[in-house]
Amino acid sequence: ASAQFQLAVPVAVVFAPGSVPGDLPRPLPFRDVQEMEISVNLRTSITSRYETVYRSTTAQEEAALDVATAQEADAALHPLQDTSLGALSVYVVPETSSLLPQGISVYVGKHRSALVRAGGGLATLRTRIRQLTQVMSFTASSIAAALSDRVPDGQLSPDARRHLKSSLGYEITFSLLNPDPKSHTVDWDIEDAVNRYVQPVLDKLSLVANFSVDSQILYYAVLGVTPRFDKESSNFFLSAHSLPHVINPVEARLGSSAASLYPVLNFLLYVPERSHSPLYIQDKDGTPVSTNAFHSPRWGGIMIYNVEAPASPQASFPLHVDVDMVRVMEVFLAQLRLLFGLSRDELPAEFLLESPGNEGLADWELDRLLWAHTVENIATVSTTLTSLAQLLDKIGNIVIKDDVASEVYQAVASAQSAMAKLAMGHLHSAFQASKEAVTSSERAFFDPSLLHLLYFPDDQKFAIYIPLFLPMAVPILLSLAKIVREARQRKKEPTKMD
Amino acid sequence: VCTSRFWFNYRHVANTLSVYRSVKRLGIPDSHIVLMLADDMACNPRNPKPATVFSHKNMELNVYGDDVEVDYRSYEVTVENFLRVLTGRIPPSTPRSKRLLSDDRSNILIYMTGHGGNGFLKFQDSEEITNVELADAFEQMWQKRRYNELLFIIDTCQGASMYERFYSPNIMALASSQVGEDSLSHQPDLGIGVHLMDRYTFYVLEFLEEVHPASQTNMNDLFQVCPKSLCVSTPGHRTDLFQRDPQNVLITDFFGSVRKVEITTETISLDGDLAGFESK
Repeated sequence: ASAQFQLAVPVAVVFAPGSVPGDLPRPLPFRDVQEMEISVNLRTSITSRYETVYRSTTAQEEAALDVATAQEADAALHPLQDTSLGALSVYVVPETSSLLPQGISVYVGKHRSALVRAGGGLATLRTRIRQLTQVMSFTASSIAAALSDRVPDGQLSPDARRHLKSSLGYEITFSLLNPDPKSHTVDWDIEDAVNRYVQPVLDKLSLVANFSVDSQILYYAVLGVTPRFDKESSNFFLSAHSLPHVINPVEARLGSSAASLYPVLNFLLYVPERSHSPLYIQDKDGTPVSTNAFHSPRWGGIMIYNVEAPASPQASFPLHVDVDMVRVMEVFLAQLRLLFGLSRDELPAEFLLESPGNEGLADWELDRLLWAHTVENIATVSTTLTSLAQLLDKIGNIVIKDDVASEVYQAVASAQSAMAKLAMGHLHSAFQASKEAVTSSERAFFDPSLLHLLYFPDDQKFAIYIPLFLPMAVPILLSLAKIVREARQRKKEPTKMD
Repeated sequence: VCTSRFWFNYRHVANTLSVYRSVKRLGIPDSHIVLMLADDMACNPRNPKPATVFSHKNMELNVYGDDVEVDYRSYEVTVENFLRVLTGRIPPSTPRSKRLLSDDRSNILIYMTGHGGNGFLKFQDSEEITNVELADAFEQMWQKRRYNELLFIIDTCQGASMYERFYSPNIMALASSQVGEDSLSHQPDLGIGVHLMDRYTFYVLEFLEEVHPASQTNMNDLFQVCPKSLCVSTPGHRTDLFQRDPQNVLITDFFGSVRKVEITTETISLDGDLAGFESK
């Protein structure tokens, strides 16, 4: 189905005193709109509109910028900004400002604002701001990835389909694998770790979907691959190309919740056996991976936690191990970000991104997810409803129940509302509307009553009904013919008798 | 899917269970397998060795065993349920194990065996599924992107007729016999009294025994399995809807499960002392 998306991003560019470039087209404040078109395929295109307001700082903002470091400025500016989802604020500071470190010309904060160093005239500034707004909202490749169904196959980058698909909810399962309980008694305080570290991230992501978390401990669960022993370092190694075979034998034992139909993200912590310790993951060049972890797109991640050998050879087994949950959660939460598609590479060297800290992701990263998911949701609704319509066209004898019909109307209305809100720049309500549209369209498409079971090809219809009706029809037709002939004769009679 | 019931169709159940075992051996977990059987063999009063289903004569290999997870058994194996599983139009109360929770990156293998004819497959002696219904079901799966690539294998008489009508992209199909030919069974076992397996499936399984999770055998090798001299019928295959060249398609793409992995190179930094809800 064809779809023309209009995505509007409200941007405010605020000039601090001393940073206004000399070649502004008009005096401050003024607005302008920049449009860019991304065409996905013949019938789908995205037009992005950056509605920019250029103005100078207010007195409060000047005070906020008058601090020592960029982080403090970011924190001070936060209450002064437009905090609606999707809106961005860019503060231009003078070229000589000490807020930004040397060599850095753009600093992106934890919320929705950024600091840009002036210099080089309006054109350079505009380029930087354009790059920046794309990073903080969406790029051509992130939107193409969201619409991966529609992109012709040759043009997709290989990692376009690795991010999690937009879903109403996700289940996260943390599993501790202890293959050698005789040697190690492993304790992990998962409940505390989830409350402290995972929950804040999930709270931030709660706008995007519902999350449920559970955990389990599995004993005698081994990896499917035997690690190699390296004599020089007396370490065991798992090479990068054996990693794909690790997951399956374990997955059979992981179990999954019988009740929920949401996609499951598994995070496994593996404590190697005494006889295979210490165990490291080797990447392609043979160097040990610093995180000792790997992840699989749309599935989850595995981390290997090595236990130090006991100092004295007379130590009694099993050894008691208290897992350092901070280290583990740093890796698992990073993997969670990567699974959702929030990675921080591919940026020019002069950009500095603030770390989001315990919240796990910055506000603008949340915006990126929302833009991509909203577009993905609307595209899914469009495809679903179109294929439903095609199905009904082809197979005429399906009965549409009233509630299915009302779901379809609802889906169409919500999708239209979502498109309208995207064009106006209201990201939050657009996302909510797109979620409703997807829910309704999925309910309509997958309604059990739509199963077309009775297929009557024409030749079978003839084959069944003709032998039944033809013999019966012969005497009936003959008598009908006789009746008609008699009636016609009677009509002629009166005229004759005259 | 095994579409037959009754004792004399023992070989269809053995076929299906052997393919099930191979697929599990190559790495696909039960949560990713939907197994539909009439399941009336192991405990059938006519079975001289109860609780077993053998696939080789001399009772070498018990394919029933302890850890068979049958998702649709006995009278639940109907055309309607099969189509519901494929298209996803399932009543909300159906448990997770009975659903096909696939997405646009899933490769699906469908194996069907039983009695068939020109354009249809008989389900449990009481109903039929036609090749048009099957093709429509696959098209609906494609519309909803419920599969990335689909491999359809059918071992019945005149099996090739079942894949004649497919029109959705990315489907590859194999059948044990052409239209007008019958698929024959392999070997009777005198102890049990029935034929244990069908020829095509027997040779496919011999072929799969050589495959292990890291092997590079491709689909062209699978097409060569069971030539007419061994199989008596002529196996057929259809690859015109498939975008990739069968030479480049690994057997393990469908029969096993090799995942894409990435090394995790980033970490986030957490402040260990900052507690979410405890005050410090």
